[in-house]
Amino acid sequence: MKVHIDSGRCQGHGRCYDLAPELFGADDEGYGLALGDGIVPPGQEQGARLAAANCPESAVVILEET
Amino acid sequence: MSIDDRFSEELREERNARESETGTLSEVITGPVADWASDFSHADPQWAADPFPIQDDLRQRCPIAHTERFGGVWLPTRYDDVAAIAHDTERFSSRAIIISNFRPSLDLAPVGGSPPISSDPPFHHDARKLLLSAFTKTTISRYEESTRAFCHSLIDGFAGQDVVDAAEDYAKYIPMRVIADMLGLPPQDTALFAQFVEDVIGGIDLPPEERGERLTPLFDYLYAQVRDHVDNPRDDLTSHLINVELYGSKLSAEHVVGTIVLLLIAGIDTTWSAIGASLWHLAGHPADRQRLVASPELLPTALEEFLRAYAPVTMARLVKEDMRFGDVDMKAEDWILLSFPAANRDPAHFDRADQVVIDREVNRHAAFGLGIHRCLGSHLARMELRVALEVWLSRVPEFSLADPSAVTWSVGQIRGPRALPLRIP
Repeated sequence: MKVHIDSGRCQGHGRCYDLAPELFGADDEGYGLALGDGIVPPGQEQGARLAAANCPESAVVILEET
Repeated sequence: MSIDDRFSEELREERNARESETGTLSEVITGPVADWASDFSHADPQWAADPFPIQDDLRQRCPIAHTERFGGVWLPTRYDDVAAIAHDTERFSSRAIIISNFRPSLDLAPVGGSPPISSDPPFHHDARKLLLSAFTKTTISRYEESTRAFCHSLIDGFAGQDVVDAAEDYAKYIPMRVIADMLGLPPQDTALFAQFVEDVIGGIDLPPEERGERLTPLFDYLYAQVRDHVDNPRDDLTSHLINVELYGSKLSAEHVVGTIVLLLIAGIDTTWSAIGASLWHLAGHPADRQRLVASPELLPTALEEFLRAYAPVTMARLVKEDMRFGDVDMKAEDWILLSFPAANRDPAHFDRADQVVIDREVNRHAAFGLGIHRCLGSHLARMELRVALEVWLSRVPEFSLADPSAVTWSVGQIRGPRALPLRIP
């Protein structure tokens, strides 16, 4: 699983880095960022899903890889 | 003349004279609401006391209500309509965001009276950018320790009392103290701030001239504070706004003072309302209260639910040009009452939308707005709300409504308890 933030949608609500700080951070203006390369380590999928489900702008994108 | 004459009384008077000649007045219509679908008023006592059944009813049968009051207002009640309008800055302007019987001059766009909340693109983005770094979660975390200490000091003041007013003696002071600190305003002046908030947010039914006059003390106060910061610069948001540059020049006096008005007013009654509404809920729902006392780690989830169910803020927009929106014909200069509280209770978007579910895990609520005007202070508000509830629940785990009929709610676009007598052991 991989996550990224659609910067065209993100408004800096910060729900992603509130709910899954191991996967997301903030830039200097508070907009969300996927940490590192966005690869979700095994066991942290639930955090990614919570972040996506709670983003008011639907800016958290999850790519399920087979 | 001082080195920085932007803030002189002479220039301020010239601007005031110019502004009072422009703008549009509408006929003041007051009195009981005849029909909520065609004559609603968010200044009505029934709306203030409990707007949710009204909104639920309108969502089923309209779903966009209208009133001739305030010169014409539309009220969308579905989440999808609220979200569409919040995202559509092409057709809806933020030139004024508090509905009254006065529409400010079109010349004010795209800046508006209190940038960036009153600004439209592209200016909005640049004005907002000046403030973002001061309101990130990381920056705000610096204020957590002092906020916590302040909450404890307020509860220390409850000693010897069986009944305290959680709105008046607790919720109100927390955001006032923090925003005064951030802006560099004297903490003892917080006594004035509650009146300023009422002058800006309340009195929406008053004749516009009277309403305008009520704002004079706020501007007198802020111009004096700004001049003091010009003479004695310090490390706070007021000095930042005085010195920062946009497009190669320092900001105009209207921009500096307008933004300070925004930060002061928007920073106070909103969070005051959110803290108060959360305590009101817990006072009336002992099972939820006991669960949060026993499991404080649930609080961050629960407070999102309080924000959803009791979202304090409703914004406004102005329609830019005549158009069809959904099933209604909107006219240029019609107001939109942009009810995030109504959106947050739309059953098409939330399971058990009318119930408060404190462990709701999926909660895509719109309490802080949607789109480019997402509440700048949302990280500050969340910190204040969390700390206020953590400290209250740890110090006062047992409490109940002392007299449910004595609870009063604010009237207008910001909703929260203004009298909240709680019995504490």
